[in-house]
Amino acid sequence: MSAVGALLRKDLRLELRTRESVPAMTLFSLSAFVVFHFGLQRSSLDGDLAAGVLWVTLLLAALLGVGRLFVTEREEGGFDAIRLAPVDPSAMLVAKALTLLSFLAIVQLVAVPGFGILLLGPSLLPALPGLLAVLALADVGIAVIGTLASALAVQTRARELIVALMGLPLLVPVVLAAARATAPLFSAGGASPPPLRWLGLLGLYDLVFALVAYAVFDYLLDD
Amino acid sequence: MSATEPATALELDRLERRYGERVALRNVSLSLPAGSTLAVLGANGAGKTTLLRVLAGLLRPNGGTTRVLGHELPREAPSLRGHVGLLGHDLLLYQDLSASENLRFHARLHGVEPARGEELLARMGLRERANEPLRSLSRGMRQRVAVCRCVLHDPELLLLDEPLANLDPAAAEAVAPLIGPGAARIAGGEPRTRVLVSHDPAPAVAQADLVLGLRAGRAVIAAPPDALDDDEIAELYR
Amino acid sequence: MHGKALRPGLKPLALATVLTLGGAYVLAFFYAPNDADQGFVQKIFYLHVPLAICALGGFIAGGVMAIGYLRTGEQRWDLRSYVAIHLSLIFAVATLITGSIWARASWGHWWVWQEPTLVSFLIIFLLYACYQPMRFAIEDPERQARYAAVFAVVAGAFVPLNFLAVRLANPLVHPRLLGSTGSLPPSMELTFVIAMVGMALLWVTLWKYEITAKQTSMQLRALKRRLAERAEMTLPAPAPRRSSAPRPTPAARPAEPVEL
Repeated sequence: MSAVGALLRKDLRLELRTRESVPAMTLFSLSAFVVFHFGLQRSSLDGDLAAGVLWVTLLLAALLGVGRLFVTEREEGGFDAIRLAPVDPSAMLVAKALTLLSFLAIVQLVAVPGFGILLLGPSLLPALPGLLAVLALADVGIAVIGTLASALAVQTRARELIVALMGLPLLVPVVLAAARATAPLFSAGGASPPPLRWLGLLGLYDLVFALVAYAVFDYLLDD
Repeated sequence: MSATEPATALELDRLERRYGERVALRNVSLSLPAGSTLAVLGANGAGKTTLLRVLAGLLRPNGGTTRVLGHELPREAPSLRGHVGLLGHDLLLYQDLSASENLRFHARLHGVEPARGEELLARMGLRERANEPLRSLSRGMRQRVAVCRCVLHDPELLLLDEPLANLDPAAAEAVAPLIGPGAARIAGGEPRTRVLVSHDPAPAVAQADLVLGLRAGRAVIAAPPDALDDDEIAELYR
Repeated sequence: MHGKALRPGLKPLALATVLTLGGAYVLAFFYAPNDADQGFVQKIFYLHVPLAICALGGFIAGGVMAIGYLRTGEQRWDLRSYVAIHLSLIFAVATLITGSIWARASWGHWWVWQEPTLVSFLIIFLLYACYQPMRFAIEDPERQARYAAVFAVVAGAFVPLNFLAVRLANPLVHPRLLGSTGSLPPSMELTFVIAMVGMALLWVTLWKYEITAKQTSMQLRALKRRLAERAEMTLPAPAPRRSSAPRPTPAARPAEPVEL
């Protein structure tokens, strides 16, 4: 597992140095909120609509970062380096998923309060505990699927397109469950806890795809 | 890795590697004792890089028998990891990180003391610039960092593709103890087995114990240097 | 080679398909009663639901075959997986079209979000529509097959989860859905079962047919390639000097038997 640590530190250090993904994803989220304001012609959202706008934005922002996840490895020989080292190839999967998860967390640290300020009608604070649970579960799902989609697409010619085309349908259940779970948190009458069935669905999704990803990832690195 | 070193570093018997319908390597057979140097010659596209990657365990052979350091490929490829040092066209280094950071990363991947990276950089005379992003170093310096990366984990087998590219004579001399003829392991002191790919046949043949000449993926020469004449070698490039 | 094992089965299979499917639709028109609420239009059910079930089964089968390819590395599993997915995608489009027609005829709209099957199919269609573009954007054939297999496995695992999610989101279940065959009168049930069997036979027939066709053309290409290679090896040395001597005729080259 120290290999995962080494890979994760390397990726975070690279992001810190090059600032390729996180700022773009964050700015995109904030811009999207502005666009929604004008597109929906609303200054304040609550309930279903608020949940939907937040999750669609977070999803699209995530897809921005997903496309770049493996590009450096492909261009600078990262795949070879891993395969030459006495390291389980799945370590790369775990490390990249954790990297993406970290990026999502940092972006959401800014985007969610931004949403609270710009578009959300009811107060964000009482919704926070429940929201953090939903964010955590949904982010894991996005991270796993994002890593898989990125790894699949990095060898193709139309990389960014394939990532979006593949990622969006795969992530529909996540958006579905996350939005449904978040809606009661944003209700105009006061935040109520997210229904367990949606948290359960997110958990199931995370588990299934984490297992599937772990099982297939080796084959993506093989030659 | 077994406790005793295998006496033969490479044992290839009719090795074959295809890309779909195209044959990249066919009928390559040779036996290379441990500690010796193999020179691989051939024109562009003859299959030299493919061969190197197969020996590194990165490409799976499609036919024949391949044994590298006693491990049969592709079945035992995972056990080969960490015993091979590859220096190819890709430097396998991140341009945005510094030389130190790159070597520390590789050290951690291989379970090796990060301090060794610093030591190697010092030997290469790169200590002053070890903390700058690789992007800002010259190609020759980056090549030297790649050499450090290649030997960092003290591999038994070196796979070198044009190792002296972009190196001035002083730099070439500096890397010689690490990857040149007579390069020895830190662990046991025994000489490393080397496979050397070069576009310039003369210096490679001079160091070689065995010469492999490839033409369109086929081995047309597989003999020690004294058994060859210059015409045969020139034929490869026609 | 493998193709030979499939070919003898094809004719009787095709015959069985035509008979079963034809029989099913004859029954649908003349034997099964009209639905009380929806009238004649409901008969699309005998087309739409079997199509849906075969498409889903096909996608999952494609995923299983892909696992077979990943574990054995044998190219024929990749071919089977590819054809299964390719075929199921066509069935999925047909499902969407028949579903839409049914929706329009029954409820007046070309699309209803409340119909979980239709919605799930739309998502699945969008996902599998990526399969071919992704696959053919990878140049190395072995890597292409491997990546396609990984996609097929991931997508196959996705299908049931997707259905679950969409179903959970829609507590209102439309009547006459996949799970509602239990409440059908026996005449409808019989017709449905025959239609289901017929559709499954259709899927298998088309699948085998496409595989055989592809294998044959691959064998042809392999033979051509080997002929070309042999021709290369027996040609005179490159860079012949220009002279007035006649060029070697084909008869001058030794005839070599073509190895299979």
